[in-house]
Amino acid sequence: VEAASATGAAPVTGIRRTRHLRDRIGDRALFVLTGLAAFLSVLLVVGIAWQLIAKAMPAIKHFGISFVWNSTWNPVTDVYGARNYLIGTVVTAFGAMFIAAPVSIAIGLFLSELAPPSIRGPIGSLVDMLAAVPSVVIGLWGIYVLLPVTHETIEPWLHRWFGWIPLFGQPSPAGVFPAMLVLAIMATPIITSICRELFVSVPNDLEEAAIGLGATRWEMVRGVVLPSVKGGVVAGIVLGLGRALGEAIAVTQVIGNGVPIKWNLFAPGTTLASQLANQYSSQISPLSVASLVYLGLILLVITFTANFIAQRIVHRFDQQRKG
Amino acid sequence: MIAGIELKATGKARRRLRVNRAMETLAVVAAGLAIVVLGILVGSVLVRALPALNLDLFIKGPTTDAFGRTGGGIAPAIVGSIMLVAIAAAISIPMGVLTAIWVSEFAPRRLADQVKLYLDVLNGFPSIIIGIFVFGLAVKADVPLLGIGHHQSAWAGGFALSIIMLPLIARTTMEVLALVPNHLREASYALGVSKWRTVVSIVLPTAIGGIVTGTTLAVARAAGETAPLLFVCTYASTKVTWDPSLPVSSIPFTIFSFSESADAHAHEEAWAAAFILIVFILVSSLTSRYFLDRSRRKLGQVK
Repeated sequence: VEAASATGAAPVTGIRRTRHLRDRIGDRALFVLTGLAAFLSVLLVVGIAWQLIAKAMPAIKHFGISFVWNSTWNPVTDVYGARNYLIGTVVTAFGAMFIAAPVSIAIGLFLSELAPPSIRGPIGSLVDMLAAVPSVVIGLWGIYVLLPVTHETIEPWLHRWFGWIPLFGQPSPAGVFPAMLVLAIMATPIITSICRELFVSVPNDLEEAAIGLGATRWEMVRGVVLPSVKGGVVAGIVLGLGRALGEAIAVTQVIGNGVPIKWNLFAPGTTLASQLANQYSSQISPLSVASLVYLGLILLVITFTANFIAQRIVHRFDQQRKG
Repeated sequence: MIAGIELKATGKARRRLRVNRAMETLAVVAAGLAIVVLGILVGSVLVRALPALNLDLFIKGPTTDAFGRTGGGIAPAIVGSIMLVAIAAAISIPMGVLTAIWVSEFAPRRLADQVKLYLDVLNGFPSIIIGIFVFGLAVKADVPLLGIGHHQSAWAGGFALSIIMLPLIARTTMEVLALVPNHLREASYALGVSKWRTVVSIVLPTAIGGIVTGTTLAVARAAGETAPLLFVCTYASTKVTWDPSLPVSSIPFTIFSFSESADAHAHEEAWAAAFILIVFILVSSLTSRYFLDRSRRKLGQVK
């Protein structure tokens, strides 16, 4: 036995000796280099959060948490508050989802259940292309093509028929409503691609069983397809919401940048991100810079929460599917 | 005589069929709407950009003559965008690919999941936040960083764009590396090849198509980003500059600032700049699709 273990051990050390120095250094170097890169990537996320907190500190100390619901933003008296921007962000993003979610689900259903296979690919890639259009180009288009249409056609029409609802007040050249439309255009491709994948993933035998029982296509969708991927669809919508909450450029271009925020959706408004995009060149006092960063911090917290919720839903949805 | 069977749906069945038809129509309309919006979007960029597309656009900077009339082109913005994206790519490609290699080749499962999670979080950050971060880190820094501490510069802008690109490159690279069949790695180890050799000569060459795809998409995305540049790279001169320690103009920022200007010539230039941007993004996404197809075919053959 001893002899066997001795002969067994010898080749191992032999092999170790024959391993080139170059390989030993190379393996170690690759490990260290890649590990360092991964560590830096993680550090970057922490660094961004830390940096924002640090730079917002003067404003946090000065205004405290009441900054969040204080509605003044006055560079003359050096008093700042986030209320208008916060409300604007929430209203535009949720409004955009109100438009984008049903449209995206419908496109997803069209691409997965309805369209002939030969046109699924091309239409799918066209919708994806919409996602690749930079926000500044959508904003430019918003100013010169969308705004005249909303101001002269859509808003007067809505005002005439639904004017008794305070949301549909006097039309205006730029405002919250076109911002919602622009955000909806930007979020639709994201939600659509998620929905489409989910609908395709529904097992065919379930769908066929529903059809076999005499259900119409819509009854099959409502009774089988939608319930079985509900969680995923909600997560997709929340991801779209996260994108809409953080969008700065296109919103700034069409929202009109007015405070205070009004009940009338057609009136100019503002959001956290658009206020940041607007004020990039006018940092007057140190406190105004800190307050701007504070706005950024609030925005970061909101989008992070939205993305976190989406993650949780996806996780739960995956567990459900497995179990 | 047999009574004819009525094949027409009546009553409840007819209502069900009608609801079905209505819903199907809605789905078709929704898909049509998306295509129409895309068509109008691209169409209006084309139509409005054409009058402004000439040679001056590409070789001259913006000018103002003695009467205050503006003219010239957007050459500084084109050069600036090239520079910004080049700096961003030079930072984010090595970082992203190395991170992906660590996650797919070295990391234990739990740590790998953590890194993926952090990259997703980074991807979810609003891009204007990245601008504020770089503003605090490199423009209004407490301690000057690498000598780029106290003013706007192309370095800072490129760095901001690299943060946008990093999660995109890292995540797509991870996905392709996971697609590389394990038996290739095992065959390599069985021949006595060391790990780093295997990664460099077997894993990466197999996955290169996917990595190029991810990188191209990330470049296209970064080229169109305005928000991260607002705080860090905007006070540019109207002359072409190749010095990265100075702030440079960029195509997206030019569109942004010209779109809000009151000057008709500026509007035309904004549309022309949008046209250049869209063409670039279209070309790069088609290229990336080509590389993706090729690498899929290649990986398919390996299996």
